[in-house]
Amino acid sequence: MCTVCGCGQGETRIEGDHEHEHRHEDGTVHSHAYHHDGEHAHTHSHGVPQAPGGFSYAPRHPHHGHEHAHAPGLAPGRMVQIEQDILAKNNAYAGANRRLWQARGLFAINLVSSPGSGKTTLLVESIRRLAGRHPLAVIEGDQQTSHDAERIRATGAQAIQVNTGKGCHLDAHMVGHAFERLDLKEGGLLLIENVGNLVCPAEFDLGEAHKVVILSVTEGEDKPLKYPNMFAASDLMLLTKVDLLPHLTFDVAKCLEYARGVNPKIEVMQVSAKSGEGMDGWLAWLEKGVASAKN
Amino acid sequence: MSLAEGVLQIIEDHASKSGFARVKTVWLEIGALSGVETEAMRFCFDAVTRGSLAEGAVLEIVAVPGTAWCMQCGATVPVAERYDPCPRCGGYQLQVQGGTEMRVKELEVE
Repeated sequence: MCTVCGCGQGETRIEGDHEHEHRHEDGTVHSHAYHHDGEHAHTHSHGVPQAPGGFSYAPRHPHHGHEHAHAPGLAPGRMVQIEQDILAKNNAYAGANRRLWQARGLFAINLVSSPGSGKTTLLVESIRRLAGRHPLAVIEGDQQTSHDAERIRATGAQAIQVNTGKGCHLDAHMVGHAFERLDLKEGGLLLIENVGNLVCPAEFDLGEAHKVVILSVTEGEDKPLKYPNMFAASDLMLLTKVDLLPHLTFDVAKCLEYARGVNPKIEVMQVSAKSGEGMDGWLAWLEKGVASAKN
Repeated sequence: MSLAEGVLQIIEDHASKSGFARVKTVWLEIGALSGVETEAMRFCFDAVTRGSLAEGAVLEIVAVPGTAWCMQCGATVPVAERYDPCPRCGGYQLQVQGGTEMRVKELEVE
């Protein structure tokens, strides 16, 4: 566990982490942890097995060993009031990200969907059509591989991959670290592509201005009912791959009815990265966000 | 699993602040409209607390019912799921008010 921020997901790797940067000659593993206010702290641990080429955070509970000693003078069965949100820690990091991005006039969105909805294809096409009109960067979240970041970089845009290992979502802490490695100019657009999962990412605020949920017409129209939390947490729903509608039995009206039943305020756009249908409306939405985020 | 780790982290933070070494019972408040499946939380809690100061602790889950403000009725109404209509008017113009919490409420420690 990172002793500064307490991150427990030891398998998280952010692209660009190199073993030589973090391993001393005596085999000491050196992990970094950053306060988001700019303070910098280090922890050292010895003999921790490392994934080849990647750095892991320090092991959990480096302070163990003190915990089983009984504190003197305490009666057993004492009650301690906590009243603390389980996500308080993530929310604190999300708040720090949000303040940083607002101060820099960045428009950040968190793209969420099930795997295979076409998030990366839509991003690649969106970046191509934006044609360098705004400074832009992408944070890609996947359990493994940097395939998606490579696809984004092929467009000429900067991208960084976060591999969550066993984690099923991005959290605000890892996104904060990934952002530090990007060189995104003020007034730009930060696109965060979350891990393909319609459950957990709904609960983890990353500091974004909006969650955008992507649902492709090759999935069921009842997805908003099956995964209501995600549709309730999103401000915009993009119904993608609409060029395939003539070949499918997907009921668009039903789908929109379900989505609005879960979230009466959700905005909906129908798009196809392939045919270009609806792309202008989606890009106009992005451009409006970029303009409003500028200081 | 991350949520169970979040619970353990909160417990560990309080262990150093409040000076306890062992947790016997943990009370969580889980809203009906939160993304938490209580059985999954129990399973994950047992897994992540193994070898920690909360190993073997009893997990008491206090279920908080979902409530929403119905714009048409102008009243707070109970809802069991996010996609439920208003039980009074059948409309969907609902603003969720309660039942989204995921909180560590209280600990019994020694």
